[in-house]
Amino acid sequence: MFDLHGYFPMILQGMILTIEVALLSLLIAIILGLIGALSKLSKSQIARSSANIYTTLIRGIPDLVLMTIIYYGGQIQLNNIGDYFGWDYIDISPFIAGTLTIGFIFGAYMTETFRGGILAVSKGEIEAAHAFGMNRWKVFVRITMPLMVRHSLPGFGNNWMVLSKSTALVSVIGLHDMVYNAGVAGGATRQPFTFYLVVAMLFLVITGVSDFGLRWANRRFSVGVRRA
Amino acid sequence: MDDLHKYFGSDEVLKGISLQAHEGDVIVMMGASGSGKSTFLRCINMLETLTSGKIYVRGELIRMKQDHNGTIVPEDIKQVERIRTRLGMVFQQFNLWSHMTVLENIIEAPIHVLKIPKNEAIERAESLLHKVGIHDRKHYHPAHLSGGQQQRVAIARALAMEPDMLLFDEPTSALDPELVGEVLQVMQNLAEEGRTMIVVTHEIGFAQDVSSRVVFLHEGSIEEEGTPSEIFKNPSSDRFRQFISKKVEI
Repeated sequence: MFDLHGYFPMILQGMILTIEVALLSLLIAIILGLIGALSKLSKSQIARSSANIYTTLIRGIPDLVLMTIIYYGGQIQLNNIGDYFGWDYIDISPFIAGTLTIGFIFGAYMTETFRGGILAVSKGEIEAAHAFGMNRWKVFVRITMPLMVRHSLPGFGNNWMVLSKSTALVSVIGLHDMVYNAGVAGGATRQPFTFYLVVAMLFLVITGVSDFGLRWANRRFSVGVRRA
Repeated sequence: MDDLHKYFGSDEVLKGISLQAHEGDVIVMMGASGSGKSTFLRCINMLETLTSGKIYVRGELIRMKQDHNGTIVPEDIKQVERIRTRLGMVFQQFNLWSHMTVLENIIEAPIHVLKIPKNEAIERAESLLHKVGIHDRKHYHPAHLSGGQQQRVAIARALAMEPDMLLFDEPTSALDPELVGEVLQVMQNLAEEGRTMIVVTHEIGFAQDVSSRVVFLHEGSIEEEGTPSEIFKNPSSDRFRQFISKKVEI
């Protein structure tokens, strides 16, 4: 169907990198999201304010701008600090910078998703857990979290889809993901359309598989819910 | 000996209530809505904290302190958690954990709070499910049960902790009328076993037939108190007389 002039393995390698970046940043986003959501709901004023600043800033700035700021600006700042302490020059790899940035950005979106999920958990079920002598950690792990997951899944799936597509941004900072590789191949063969079309289809494969997985998770976590 | 005192200072909801429950007592608390009876019950296991007053469970005082905002909070949350395991609570809205099956609901706290081995907890749960007559539904999720069934599961869940005392917060108020009987029957059986219970309810029949003592609250104070035979035949307070006559008419 397409003549890829032998560039297909390179594109596939890029796809593996894309998936790596996506999964790692998802992990970071989930951790940041949980911390953010708990901070927003915490009694501590400092925790609430920091979480609010985090989500407001991140969600208000375009991903591309953030990515470049963190990659270049972070690099410079880190080395300024390094100079002060007399460290050697530190080179942030585009992989680490990209993954951290995407994780950091989507942590803010996950914060909102998880916060909504936690608020949707019935107060009575949490109260019952306390009444049975569970400590706060047990209540969260055994009761609040599983119930929150159910309420968060739709938003979570949405975030994941956007996140996996946002990985395309890492090509800007020179990471050889599938978008970057497609650009290289397209340039070399003078057929950019062909290669970007292939990339588009590969992204559809990633999101398609995810959609399937999310449906499964949705069934798994909606056990015991009456369908209205 | 189960010994529980409790008094409140000049709190708006509860204006100085003292109550002592002895082992095997079935105390029914009645009163119009807003009279503070649910609040009182929820203070016993610290789901709500009191402004002043003392609570003793089996002679042990729940220690309180003031935090930096001046609010009264438990001094030692571990103590509160330990005492809560001794008090089985049954809620108006059942509050079963909806992501767990009936069986999982019942073994959850025994396994994760009391650290009982899983097979032992399951064994105990199975016999409790037989007792409340709901064994055939043990793998269902709460949402697939009727209200009466859910409340019976909730009672089994409370019993699984082998508590010293059971607290019932309007256990039948959220139920359809035809489902009230099955829950009251289970509660009556528990009373006959000699369990110590404090029951907040509007069910006059239950108070008359099952309770050992009835406490009638009005605007945060005890208006009338006594054995059911005493106070239903000879109510000394007009408000209580009105309260029961309205109920009987319905």
